[in-house]
Parts: sequence; C-alpha cells; structure tokens
Amino acid sequence: MATLSATQPGAMSAPRPMPDYVDGPIRAFAIATIFWGLVGFLVGVVIASQLAWPLLNLDLEWTHFGRLRPVHTSAVIFAFGGSALIGTSLYIVQRTCRARLFGGEEMGWFIFWGYQFFIVSAALSYVLGYSQGKEYAEPEWFIDIFLTVLWVTYLVGFGGTIIKREEPHIYVANWFLLAFIITVAMLHIGNNISLPIHWGSGFSYSAPAGVQGAMIQWWYGHNAVGFFLTAGFLGMMYYFIPKQANRPIYSYRLSIVHFWSIIFLYIWAGPHHLHYTALPDWAQTLGMVFSVMLWMPSWGGMINGIMTLSGAWDKLRTDPGLRFSVTAVAFYGMSTFEGPVMSIRAVNSLSHYTDWTIGHVHSGALGWNGLITFGALYWLVPALWSRARMYSTRLIEWHFWLATLGIVLYITAMWVSGIMQGLMWRAYDELGFLQYSFVETVAAMHPYYVIRVLGGALYLTGAILMAWNVYKTITVADAPEVERDLAPAPARAVAAE
Amino acid sequence: MPTKIEKDSITGQETTGHEWDGLKELNTPLPKWWLYTFYATILFAAVWVVLYPAIPVQGWTGLTGWTARGALPAQMDAERARQAPMLARLREVTAEQIAADPELRGFALAGGRVGFANNCAGCHGAGGQGATGGFPSLADDDWLWGGSFEAIHTTISHGVRAGESDEERGIAMPAFLATGMLTQAQINDTADFVLSLSGRSADPAAVTRGRELYAENCASCHGDGGEGNRDMGAPRLNDQIWLYGGDRASVVRSIAYSRAGVMPAWRGRLDPAMINMITVYVHALGGGE
Repeated sequence: MATLSATQPGAMSAPRPMPDYVDGPIRAFAIATIFWGLVGFLVGVVIASQLAWPLLNLDLEWTHFGRLRPVHTSAVIFAFGGSALIGTSLYIVQRTCRARLFGGEEMGWFIFWGYQFFIVSAALSYVLGYSQGKEYAEPEWFIDIFLTVLWVTYLVGFGGTIIKREEPHIYVANWFLLAFIITVAMLHIGNNISLPIHWGSGFSYSAPAGVQGAMIQWWYGHNAVGFFLTAGFLGMMYYFIPKQANRPIYSYRLSIVHFWSIIFLYIWAGPHHLHYTALPDWAQTLGMVFSVMLWMPSWGGMINGIMTLSGAWDKLRTDPGLRFSVTAVAFYGMSTFEGPVMSIRAVNSLSHYTDWTIGHVHSGALGWNGLITFGALYWLVPALWSRARMYSTRLIEWHFWLATLGIVLYITAMWVSGIMQGLMWRAYDELGFLQYSFVETVAAMHPYYVIRVLGGALYLTGAILMAWNVYKTITVADAPEVERDLAPAPARAVAAE
Repeated sequence: MPTKIEKDSITGQETTGHEWDGLKELNTPLPKWWLYTFYATILFAAVWVVLYPAIPVQGWTGLTGWTARGALPAQMDAERARQAPMLARLREVTAEQIAADPELRGFALAGGRVGFANNCAGCHGAGGQGATGGFPSLADDDWLWGGSFEAIHTTISHGVRAGESDEERGIAMPAFLATGMLTQAQINDTADFVLSLSGRSADPAAVTRGRELYAENCASCHGDGGEGNRDMGAPRLNDQIWLYGGDRASVVRSIAYSRAGVMPAWRGRLDPAMINMITVYVHALGGGE
C-alpha cells in the first residue's frame, strides 16, 4: 500500500503490471453455475408439474415432492447461486484488489471441488431421505461440518486476497461479498448445532427445540435471503453493472449508508416468518418493524444499480447482457418492496402459508438472482475465455424475453393463486360457516399451477439457450457474431411508408 | 486519501478519486426522497413499538393492549356468539325434526356442508361419492347400516369398528381362509355363487357347489338371496355396487381374509349440533330414507 500512495498522480495513465490472476477455478465455477442452473430449473419445473398433476410423483419415495423440493431449492440457491457467487467473488476480489488470490490455484481448486462435493452430497442425501427438516438448511450434520470447513477456507482465500491488496481502498462490491461470506458462516453454524442420534447415525436432533428452534431457523432462513441472495448478489451487481455500462457508480455515499443499514437491519427481520405463531408477540412486532425499515436500505442498492446507467441508457438497446442486469435490479426493487409489505402483521395474516409467498420468493429468485447472474455470465464468459463477445447476441435476446415472460407468468399466477387461497381460507358465509373446505381451495388453484409450470418451462428454455451460447462461445474461437438483423429494420420501416 | 478527483461531464458530479480495475464512483449526495422515506419508516417503527407489544417485559403489551393471544379468542367468541342461538336449537332436536323445519334445515345444510367437507370428504369424497377400497358412497340408496336420519346419526356418532364407542357399528365378517373355516377351493366356489347373485358367474358347476357353502356360511348375514342386512352392516351382494371391487379376485379375497372398514366415532370430536347438521346434509345427498 505504501507503494500505491507514491503512485497517486497519473496512476491511471501509467499501466501497472497485472498480477497473475487465478482464473481456472473461476472458469469452472462459471460452467458449474450454468450446469446447476439447468438442473435446478428443471427440477423446479418437475415439482411444479407434480403440484399440478400429482401422478407425476410416480409413487416412489425418491421422486416425490417432499424429497425433490429441497433438491430444487438447494440446486438453485446453493448450487446455481452459490457457484455464481463464489466464482464471481473470486474474480471480483482479485481484480478490484489488484492481487492474486490468496492461496493461489490450489486454494481456488479446493474451493471449487469442495463446493461441488457439498452440492452433490446434499442433493443425494435429500433423495435418500436424509434431512434435518429445516428449510434451506436440510443437509444433515456430517455435510454441515464439511461445509463449515470449506466455507472457512473460502473466507481465508477471499479475506487473504483483500488483506494483501494493492489498492488503497476496498471496493464496495467486496464489502458486500465479505459481509455475505462472514454472515453465512455465522448463520450456518448457528442454525446447524445438533446432536447425532448416535455416532455413526446420519440423523440428528436439533439443539434448540420448539419455538426457540423455529426462531433460530428463521433467523437463519431470512438472513440466508438477506446475506446470500441479497448482499452477495449486490456485490456481483456492484462490479458487473458499472463494467457493462462503462459508467462510474452513481453514489459512493449511498453505497456506504445502504450497506451499513442493510447489514444492521436485516439480521433482526427473521421473526416476520413466524407471525401468529407461538413466538412471543414482542419478537413478532420487532421482526415486522425491522422489515419495514429495510425497505429503503434495500432500495439503495437498486438506486445505485439503475442510476449508474445515467448517460448510458442507450446501451440497453444494444447490450442485452446489461438489459439482464438492469431488469434484475428492477425485480430486486419490486421484491424488496413486496417483502416489507408482506411482513406487516395484517398483510401477513392473508399472505402467510399461501402461494403469495412462493411468488414473492420467485420474483426475487428468478427476477433478481437469476437475471443478475445471467447478466454477469454474459459479460464474464467472454472475459474468462478471451473472446471479443458472446457467440450470439440474438440468442441472448431470446433468452432475455423467454426469461422475463416466464417470470411474469410465474409471479402473476402465484399472486392470483395466493391471494385467492388466503381469501378462500378466511371466507365466512352469512350463517357464520367457513365458505370453503381446504380441498376446494386446492382445486381452485389448479389452473394457476399449470400457468406456473409454463412460466418455469419458459425460464428453463431461456437457460438452455444460454448454455448453448456459452458452449459455442468457448469452443468456437471468436466466431463472427450471428447476424443481428439490425440494419434491415429501418429499411423495412421505410418500405412500409 | 483520494487519488484523483474527476468531474463527470454527464451528471456534473465529482468522483471520489478512487479507482479499482477501471471502476470509479461518483460522490452524489443521498437522494432526498430516499433519505426522508427511510426516516419515515424509522419513525413508523418507533411508533409501532410503543403501540404494540415489542418489549420483552412480562405483562407489557404496548399502549393499544393488543396481543395475538387476546385477539384470537375475541374474534372466535364473536363468531360463536353469532351462531350460538341457532346451534343451541340444533342441539335440542333430532335430525328428523331439523329436516322438517325450513329455517333449521337451511342452516343445517350450510353447516353440514362445511362439516362434511372438513371431516368426511377425505374418505367419502367431496360430494359423498365414495371410493373403491372401502369408502362407501353416501349419495346413493345402497346403505350398509341404514339411511334413515336415526341410522345416519348413529353411524356418525359412534363410528364403525374403530373401538371408540360402546355403541359403535362393531360387527365384522370372519376371514374364512385365515381362520380355517373354508378351504381355498370352497372359497372359490362360494365366490362363483356370489357372482351368480348378480348374474355374473361363468361356471355353473362351481355355482352349484358354492350354493350350499353360501347357505351355511354367508346367508345368515347377507341373506339367502344376497339381499344384505343392515343390522349387521352386511352389504347387499345381488347388485352392482361393490365396496371393495366386484371382480372374482376381489370377492375371493373378501371371503378369504374379510374386510373390515373403519370409521371414527365423531361424538366427542364434533359438537352435537354439528353431528345433527352433517346427518341432515348426508341424508340430503341423494339416498336419505
């Protein structure tokens, strides 16, 4: 760092030597991201179909909804999202610190293969019937211990790179990524304290029980959303949007204030998952008000993402990768507004246990996490494999519209289905009897379940196009871009006149 | 320390002077609307914390005095109070009397529909249509234990072979093979005779052999001509309605190992008024006598 202050003026013009960045594991993570994305989306379509057509459970213990559902959630959050986060974070931290990854190639490959091993063992364990029964924390104790070791290694690699950085300041993306890594470690350990039934048994008892167990679980669950799916992906956004837009970040001050307010407020919001339960009222109220206060801190990231495009809005027309990133930020803004609304106790009394929650999660997961990852990949893949651009821009545009349409179908179907479900549950007739039985609400939801399958299938189709596009980008050395047909468009317009 | 502060020509804002991998940051002030909305949510939180239970102190509920535990009984009591006069009347009368009184009957059909949907439809189907495998249809006139108001009321109240009530419908058919009362060959012949009762046997010799076996072992409950017996809960065998399937293999299995479907006793689980209402509702499904 001492050398840096000496090079202050003219540092931009005089090129400094680039460190020898560790990129092999990052390439592997990029491919793993796409692979697990396809797996996760496919299992999602399968279980959505099972809900619409129960016959598809196949009456087998390994294939029924109860076991495949955690395969889907873990595949999309931890396998797809996790590979994307770890891969991009290792890319970002090296570049923005101007330092080679701490621990070098070995560190990178250990994190890669260790994480893939975790994913595969977790998925296998679910299908074989091993589960702690904690949502998003299903892996049993032996997998948890392995993940703890791996995650600490990741923290050492990431943190070590920051410590030996050659830039005087730590870039905002790294604040978010470091917060993500540290907090996920804390959450993972906190929520997985358990005692095996006996040594040699894969099953375990959770240390906290009853309502305390529920509270710890949703402290974990909500902050998995807050720090894995929000803070981590904001770190991704803070690198790739300014890169794609080629513009400076909109506001440094906003990034400081919204970073610290998110970090401070998010950790208290978990009890809103337990409204109207045995959890004491005071904890419910605090969970609700902290969620309401989270609205603006969350939107700080949206403002910084979108306003970074000031002066570069035209790029949205020509760069579909950037379009992914910006649409992702818009979905982020929408779901981080919807979240605080749903945390309000009165709203929650309608939305809780309904499909509205599922729709909310997917507007965040498909819209924010998925699209921001696709946007990052479309920038990162050419960078990692030294290509001028992706193989086909037109395929990216197709992917964009398929994914967006899929999300819209998915979340609107779940809004209608969820709100209808909530209203049917609470409907009384004039004589004071419940208007509907539970099974009638299930029957009423069927059409929306079918629409959801369609939305998910469109989203999956888009991802398949991306996989093909990435494959061609990697294997075909700087192929001439498939013709984009932009030129004939005005010509046609003229002809029409 | 800032290294090189620049002015951005598009927004007019200055950068912070830092640069990472070509990325820079503007030093734009916080948007005012953002900051004031943030303050407003904090103010909302502060007010809410005062109004509602938010402090872990025994007995502290906030200024409104609201608690979830308090709100639920209040709402439930209001709903119960609304229905109480009607339910009180429904407890005092028989299902037959309810059906004769238009006001009570309307209320009972509405309440019985809900009670049936939430407690009975799981086995008997949403419309009482039943299902193969021992779940009788309640929408036809083929009753195992009787289709009068009184019979339906007794079945619902005390259940069938669940061991939950002294007055339950407890009679069960013997398992003729398992107990050694008949051989497999005899059972096959008996089954052929049973099939002949609904005109479906293909083996006249077996029917002839089975006739005597039936008379000795089955007729006391199911009747000489297979007409059934509601006092025993013995199903009719000379029609096309089969609780466990009417093909030859199913009938053989029924004779060999018996069938003994179970239904819980709802007295004690449901309010007597609700049992009355469900009785009226089931009676009205199509087969009431």
